[in-house]
Amino acid sequence: MLIKKAPELSYSDVTPRGLYMGRRNFLLGVLAAGGAVAGWRKLPSLLAGPSGPPTGSVPVKLNGVVPGPYSTNEMATAESAVTAYNNYYEFGTGKSDPSKNARNFQTSPWSVSVEGEVAKPRTFTMDEILKLAPLEERIYRHRCVEAWSIVVPWIGYSLSTILKQVQPNSNAKYVAFQSYYDRKQMPLGPDAGIQLPYVEGLRLDEAMHPLTLLCVGMYGETLPNQDGAPVRLIIPWKYGFKSIKSIVKIRFVKDQPPSTWNIEAPSEYGFYSNVNPNVDHPRWSQKSEHRLGAGLFARPVATQMFNGYGEQVASLYNGMDLRKYF
Amino acid sequence: MRLIQAILTSKWTKVLVFVLCLVPLGLLIWQGFQNDLTLNPVQYVEHTTGDWVLRFLAITLAITPLRKMLQLPQLIRFRRMLGLFAFFYVCLHFTTWVWLDRYFDWRQMLDDVVKRPYITVGFAGFLLLIPLAVTSTAGWIRRLGGKRWQLLHRLIYISAILGVIHYYWLVKSDVRKPLEYAFIIGALLLWRIGAWLIERRRRQVPGNLNNKERATAETL
Repeated sequence: MLIKKAPELSYSDVTPRGLYMGRRNFLLGVLAAGGAVAGWRKLPSLLAGPSGPPTGSVPVKLNGVVPGPYSTNEMATAESAVTAYNNYYEFGTGKSDPSKNARNFQTSPWSVSVEGEVAKPRTFTMDEILKLAPLEERIYRHRCVEAWSIVVPWIGYSLSTILKQVQPNSNAKYVAFQSYYDRKQMPLGPDAGIQLPYVEGLRLDEAMHPLTLLCVGMYGETLPNQDGAPVRLIIPWKYGFKSIKSIVKIRFVKDQPPSTWNIEAPSEYGFYSNVNPNVDHPRWSQKSEHRLGAGLFARPVATQMFNGYGEQVASLYNGMDLRKYF
Repeated sequence: MRLIQAILTSKWTKVLVFVLCLVPLGLLIWQGFQNDLTLNPVQYVEHTTGDWVLRFLAITLAITPLRKMLQLPQLIRFRRMLGLFAFFYVCLHFTTWVWLDRYFDWRQMLDDVVKRPYITVGFAGFLLLIPLAVTSTAGWIRRLGGKRWQLLHRLIYISAILGVIHYYWLVKSDVRKPLEYAFIIGALLLWRIGAWLIERRRRQVPGNLNNKERATAETL
């Protein structure tokens, strides 16, 4: 069994840093290749690499983090991989774009409005969020819909903690989430090819499930900008795009809320988007995945139902046809 | 002009072009040793080799328009080599998929080819290039006869179109790069259609076509 109630790894055990390639070498390589077919790629954007220190928010150490439940005993992915290989389209659609383009992202001050079908709507400042409950480290598997995966020691607490604060009423059947979007801070947003601000949604019982993490950090520190600073969701049994980044609004609603990738391609990305090796993406198989950082010759890993969290969450979907509600 | 022609006909230029064509592979190997293949190396190698297939197809398809427009017939010397490099990189691309991506899971791959349109068209584009690579020798040109050989080798047009569709269907939302390829390869194919239409009109005026022009028309 892969899921343990008690974590066997702590942060200090897991992270060989420094796997990531030197930017300079990479740029040289791209330039050499680009030179062979001059003008083919957009050289100016490559040449304009970052210079000087970032002007945006940078990760700081989080104190008082306690080991949380549900951690896997699998080896965590190198932090350098998790910070260099990102899908965060507001900062560019290439995997290495967010780490470059989010350097100057300002995430302070920050607040999250929790509202809608609730008795006590409220806006939480980031400070309040960090103090609402003890911060737990949870080592979760994280599976992207693009068939790659990582194992990450996230930091946060169950989303239900903050949701209960506002006292949802009986009309609250779903929870809708919205990301920050500001074209001044995210000038590449219009090129993303998806509608922004990014929105996501969960059924109320999914949102209240103890596995669903309101995440404020990883690898012992606050979240790096490219990983969704300062606060995001982690829903380990769903494809990564459900785990919305840089949240500014949480709204309890009556009806199933829209979600960005579902708006973009409803036949490819469903509302539920539970990890499911038996339901292929229309364009590619979901049966296996590549672990980031495993190397060129590593065998792909078999993808597990609910990403291996079936014991905890399968009952949420009893009687549902998961081919229909993919 | 003399100098350019001398350069183009030099044996060393051919050697140089050959070596240049190996640079993308060399770069990948070098990056491999430097641990520089990004964090998803399988996908990086897959995408890089795939990119180079499309680039080599485009470069190969650019030879004829270039040699006509620049009046440098010597450029033809490089066409076969460039086309074979497109085939070389598509073999690497395919091998990467079979080995590193799917790890010889034949059932899953068969499933992919049948069920996933982007893989179906990519695979078809690959298959279409095989007869072209096989019949690229002088012996085969002789055996087939120039005209039939040329007809067969027009498969590269279809293969290039399938390659672009393959890429376009693969991306999630940002289609700018596949569209760049579509634009370039589309322009190269449109040039041929344009040249063919002009040629046809000229042919309809009787007595207006000498043998040299006919020969030119046939090498499009």
